Amino acid sequence: MVNRGDVKPKNKQMSNLVYKYMRPEHLPHIWCPGCGNGIIMRDVAQAIENLGLSRNNTIIVSGIGCSSRAAGYLDFNTIHTTHGRAIAFATGIKLANPSLEVIVIAGDGDISAIGGNHLIHAARRNIGITVVVMNNNIYGMTGGQYSPTTPKGAFGTTAPYGNLDRSFDIAGLAYGAGASFSARGSAYHVQQTINIIQEGIRHDGFSLIDVASVCPTYFGRKNKSGSAVDMLKWQRDNMIPAEKAEKMSPEELKGKLVLGILHQTQYTEFTYAYERLIKRLYEEREANE
Amino acid sequence: MAGNKRLVINSAWCKGCGICAAFCPKGALELVDEKVRRKEDTECILCGMCELRCPDYAIYIEEKDDEEARNQWVMSY
Amino acid sequence: MGDVVLMQGNEACVEGALAAGMRLYAGYPITPSTEIAELSALRLPQEGGKFIQMEDEIASIACAIGASVAGVKSMTATSGPGFSLKQENLGYAVLAEIPLVVVDVQRMGPSTGMPTSPSQGDMMMARWGTHGDHPIIAICPSSVKETYDLTIRAFNLSEKYRTPVLLMMDELVGHLREGMELPDKEDITIVDRPTVKYPDPKRLPYHMKKGQLVPEMAPFGMGQRYNITGLIHDESGFPTNSIEEAEKMMNRLMHKISDNYEKIKDYVTENLEDADVVIFCYGGTARAAQTAMEMAREKGLKVGIFRPRTVWPFPEKELEELSRKVKRIVVAEHNYGQMLLEVQRVVKNNCIVGFVGKWNGGVITPQEILAKIEEA
Repeated sequence: MVNRGDVKPKNKQMSNLVYKYMRPEHLPHIWCPGCGNGIIMRDVAQAIENLGLSRNNTIIVSGIGCSSRAAGYLDFNTIHTTHGRAIAFATGIKLANPSLEVIVIAGDGDISAIGGNHLIHAARRNIGITVVVMNNNIYGMTGGQYSPTTPKGAFGTTAPYGNLDRSFDIAGLAYGAGASFSARGSAYHVQQTINIIQEGIRHDGFSLIDVASVCPTYFGRKNKSGSAVDMLKWQRDNMIPAEKAEKMSPEELKGKLVLGILHQTQYTEFTYAYERLIKRLYEEREANE
Repeated sequence: MAGNKRLVINSAWCKGCGICAAFCPKGALELVDEKVRRKEDTECILCGMCELRCPDYAIYIEEKDDEEARNQWVMSY
Repeated sequence: MGDVVLMQGNEACVEGALAAGMRLYAGYPITPSTEIAELSALRLPQEGGKFIQMEDEIASIACAIGASVAGVKSMTATSGPGFSLKQENLGYAVLAEIPLVVVDVQRMGPSTGMPTSPSQGDMMMARWGTHGDHPIIAICPSSVKETYDLTIRAFNLSEKYRTPVLLMMDELVGHLREGMELPDKEDITIVDRPTVKYPDPKRLPYHMKKGQLVPEMAPFGMGQRYNITGLIHDESGFPTNSIEEAEKMMNRLMHKISDNYEKIKDYVTENLEDADVVIFCYGGTARAAQTAMEMAREKGLKVGIFRPRTVWPFPEKELEELSRKVKRIVVAEHNYGQMLLEVQRVVKNNCIVGFVGKWNGGVITPQEILAKIEEA
């Protein structure tokens, strides 16, 4: 059994960022060599560092799957919930205590298949939580089954003849459901992704950041996408910054992914509206007495 | 200040994916026996791109207080 | 003396919950529990609490667990189909030891069944619905007043033992309207979960000091950083694959309920002193049983009642002792025989066990129970 918190082991070599925001006694993590999730988890830590958030006031909520392990590695109040339900748990935490900064880390299957309902309704409700999706286009933890973001025609252990389903654009899905902040990052575009996550956390309302991860072990092997390096190179060569994409035609954008904040607007945040309701009822009662 | 920074490799955490070496702008890293190391006769400009993309937090730039640390690199097992 | 009010069972549940300190309700509309959501929506913001209508039943219980983790007493209510959907996260709350009250206003099933018809068909789901071995506390009120009192007790037990508590109502009690006296505030006992007083980085979140019933809980945001998971974990709150640690954790979960059986058990009896025949009933069948007993007594038959209010853990010691003294126990319940199985298990051959059941959406009448009593 290991003690943790501020009594972290100091003999291991690690960066200040990792030492400060992670639980080194649980590192190295279980993710495969070249898995993009480790890069994205660091992005989240860096965004929190850049914003100067309090570790005691920040909550990390995860579901089930490869991505969900992030909750165990990050040194905050962390809760590893049930498959697909991270957003619903996070809603309860945020509603109970709106002063908390609640960040959900989820996977593509987790958030858009089994948890799809919670995603669209949290977006519609505009509750002030930030959702970071580690989108690796496959179910990794169970061994490579196709997910809602597996491209049509791609292979998985449950798509031995190629995936017949069309795939979800999670950022677009969130936008369609009314998310006031919807964005896309990638494991390759680290600086941009850190900035986007930062903006997502700062945003007052529901924010979703769909971060393209890489799964060399399952998606890569099944689809002959090459190594983690090759998959990151694909991201480098095929992801177009939002400003540039605006000037491109749909034909030019075919097969490309748009990077950046795709949509941002301002609606009343849900817990703020509820606190205001409580205040109004209280004042009405006072006035009547 | 680049002057008091150095590159640190924690081999115990390196899983040998090669991402840092592939995207090092100076080609200053290589994989030997599935572990990353500094390549001889190359220049490290301490840009930190390796740290940003290392999924395993096994390579990073450390700020040192002493000037002697300049351009040193450290490897631990 | 408190005010006397006319109330429905479902309303009494909400008022009891508010008196117990509920400050968050998450739910989804479903007959016949909907009034609990409706009244919560009206009443909670008046008390500084919060109501949220979630997108589905699963989200409702998840949201309530999340709120409890942040330190707020919370509740969700549903009916059969919704209770089925909540089972996975119910197990999560058991394993992670999150206080929570889940109300099931039972209706006839299976499936959509007969939504407005009474039933007690979820009693075994209450016990075994979520996967894996686990302890559970389930409470059955049989009147409006009892619903009020037992909802408070459900919260108190959940806080004390850091476990979800099920309030197994049924359509009869939920929609029953009768007068009841509201207790004075100072007469209500309220139990709060044992809570960490100050953050300590060396603290293991699931470690118990000597004499503690459950580990102290740290609401998220108070400065005690730790991990909560639905994986089997050790005292550190992190997952473990150790057989020894898994056994330790499971035994602790089981024993915190079973070792406190005497404190948790709750049942009422009537006329057992001279009884030859005892009616075993709970929740909505209590009234028919009461009338049947009175009718039988008028005929000179020595009939009594044994009515558990805490059905899980089952009051087996008391029932076993009783079964040695009486000739027959007649089980009356609105299902195909669920608690009947438990009675048979406990009674064995000590006395005869009879059964009056109903599984067609109808209500058991006193005459039907009386007929069973007179059979011998």
